[in-house]
Amino acid sequence: MKLNFSAGALAFTLAILGAGTSWAAEVRLAPADGTEKLIETLIMAEEGDTILLEAGRWDIADGLVLDADGVTIRGAGAEETVLSFKGQTGSGEGLLVTSDSVVLEDFAVEDTKGDGIKSKGSDRITFRNLRVEWTNGPDEKNGAYGVYPVSSTNVLIEGVTVRGASDAGIYVGQSQDIIVRNSLAEYNVAGIEIENCFRADVYGNMARHNTGGILIFDLPNLPQQGGHDIRVFDNSSIDNDTPNFAPAGNIVGSVPMGTGIMVMANRNVHIFGNRLSGNGTVHVLVAAYPNDYDDDNYMFVPRGVFIHDNSYGEGGAAPDNEIGELLAERAGTPIPDIVWDGVTRIPEWFTWVAAENRIYVKEAEGTTFANAKMISHMLLPWETSPDRDIADYEGSLPEPAAVTLPQDMAPDVEG
Amino acid sequence: MAARAPISLLKRALFAALLLGATTGAASAVDDQAILAAKPPAKLSAFGFFADAPRQVPAPGVLPFAPATPLFTDFAEKRRFVYVPKGESAAYNAHEAFDFPVGAALVKTFAYEAAGRPGGLRLVETRVLLHQKKGWQAWAYVWNEEQSDAELKIVGAKIPMTVPLPDGGAQEIVYAVPNKAQCKGCHELSGEIVPIGPKARNLNHAFDYDEGPENQLLRWASAGILVSLPDMTHVPAVPDWLDETAPLDARARAWLDINCAHCHRAEAAASNSGLFLTWDEKEPAALGIGKHPVAAGRGAGDLKVDIAPGDPDASILVYRVESTEPGVMMPELGRSLTDARAVALLREWVARME
Repeated sequence: MKLNFSAGALAFTLAILGAGTSWAAEVRLAPADGTEKLIETLIMAEEGDTILLEAGRWDIADGLVLDADGVTIRGAGAEETVLSFKGQTGSGEGLLVTSDSVVLEDFAVEDTKGDGIKSKGSDRITFRNLRVEWTNGPDEKNGAYGVYPVSSTNVLIEGVTVRGASDAGIYVGQSQDIIVRNSLAEYNVAGIEIENCFRADVYGNMARHNTGGILIFDLPNLPQQGGHDIRVFDNSSIDNDTPNFAPAGNIVGSVPMGTGIMVMANRNVHIFGNRLSGNGTVHVLVAAYPNDYDDDNYMFVPRGVFIHDNSYGEGGAAPDNEIGELLAERAGTPIPDIVWDGVTRIPEWFTWVAAENRIYVKEAEGTTFANAKMISHMLLPWETSPDRDIADYEGSLPEPAAVTLPQDMAPDVEG
Repeated sequence: MAARAPISLLKRALFAALLLGATTGAASAVDDQAILAAKPPAKLSAFGFFADAPRQVPAPGVLPFAPATPLFTDFAEKRRFVYVPKGESAAYNAHEAFDFPVGAALVKTFAYEAAGRPGGLRLVETRVLLHQKKGWQAWAYVWNEEQSDAELKIVGAKIPMTVPLPDGGAQEIVYAVPNKAQCKGCHELSGEIVPIGPKARNLNHAFDYDEGPENQLLRWASAGILVSLPDMTHVPAVPDWLDETAPLDARARAWLDINCAHCHRAEAAASNSGLFLTWDEKEPAALGIGKHPVAAGRGAGDLKVDIAPGDPDASILVYRVESTEPGVMMPELGRSLTDARAVALLREWVARME
């Protein structure tokens, strides 16, 4: 019986593969073929197609859109195949993907007027070995996001490099089931930002020379909110020393230069095994959403954050902007390695916070900590000092399971 | 018996199709097959939508229409037409575009006034939305210099030209004909291409037909294009945004509805912004009032909220409608110029907001 079943499955697989290869096309394009040909190829692409972009530089004046499922766009390398949007006259981004099961790999997108590469509403979207860069360096006129999946599911970002984004280099928004790994984000306002997302693993990344390294945010008034189950581990967030160059209206515009990892709102966030060093304001900051909002469904304070087994180098000696000043005023300089603003819901301030909603810290001896107790400070400023006793925050939270993605399984496991 | 039933059904369907073909052939010059063909024809004339194309005179069975408030497209004049196959009709919907039958077509010509040209118009492009079994298909055709026919442009086109302005002046622009993907950029709802303009609220006013003015919805109903039209007292209407006798709020909301809400709604491209600008939207935060931007990037300028009541200069919405810079300007597609009249309207709307 078992043998029969396997043979049948094999025959079925072969039939699928055979059918697939009969219509899937491989289209090879070189810069000499022109932008119009590239646009046309993307528009006319069909399921299963692979579009190969040869080495060289395309100068593209308009935004590119891919709307066909199951398409791979593959360049000759992130330094070799360059799509330059320096002369862009329209569209909100360089490349927009609106379809499912798409793989983008081995090319670069430079100098877009808006965002670099965006996917909207995509399932099984892969960004691999890409480079998105604003070549003039940090500038508030640069586009907001480099790699930008939003309202997407099963998102894989690996081996990408983003430089110069005026908001976040790698930004995943309102998405579900996300892996961001082995990527480099530098000279952006935020290196990596996970916003209003469910289930994300962020690991093995290098975030350096940004304003803030890794941000886990949740914002109100959005179709998907209540971000939860986020693991940030084995990353380096170091030397984040680029002055904030975000346009003022953006939430990241308030992030102080020299922030290593920041958690704002969200539920069940685990931060462990990261290397933090050279962050002038604070290595790890856990805070409530600071602005006014009108949204009954929004939870503005972080619920359940577990920070453990990270390593901390120099930092906190050069607090930036009004947030940095406030932290310095409350917690002293150098600012402790880990700071929680201490904001809870008001009923909780009078009573207690349920165990699963608390902040837990378990770090090596010598790690410094402060609960800034901002509510108490506002209500009773004359008699409230921060709580610096890290032992008060001992404990742990159950860790969410590792994120698994259908496009991230070995071929013999898939199906 | 069971096995034969489909065959006899098929025969009857074929017979019906033949009959129908004969009738439509006699009544209309529109080529139904061209609308349904897997590949679009290379020339616009193949559809047979026009009796006199340069003057934009429609063929029999093709009806002109106009929304109360139009999308702004660099001051282009627009000529819109609807075609529904003989014996078929669209179903009324109070909120969304009507549910058109397969075989229907929506045709929109973009032109500029030009003295000395036939019909006083320089035709630039004609966009068609064709309703096929697999959904709506969107294509753009660019008119030739002689204005005798228009040619399919899958990848769109950039056409440098000088266009007349409402104040009597002229402006050099690079007119952008959208490519197929860009068509979907605006016409997408829940992942499918849909029409935007032919909604009850946009058509509920008199149109100047050759035979005289008549409410478009009543005309569509009497022509058999539209069914299930309810009592007219229940049908919504947006005002003409330039009609200064209409309430300011309604004029601004009508403008935002047709210019922004195809993307800025929960089911469309800008859903992730949380800024929803449909005519029916009632939630102040969704309309942008006191709402912080989420992913506006430098589109926010140095401003903090989409709409700051009483303060248009502090409102991102006004700032982006005013801008012509890619990455900042809204809408992202379809314009390179600012409509100062729209900016003035939105400014006044925000200024008077409490």
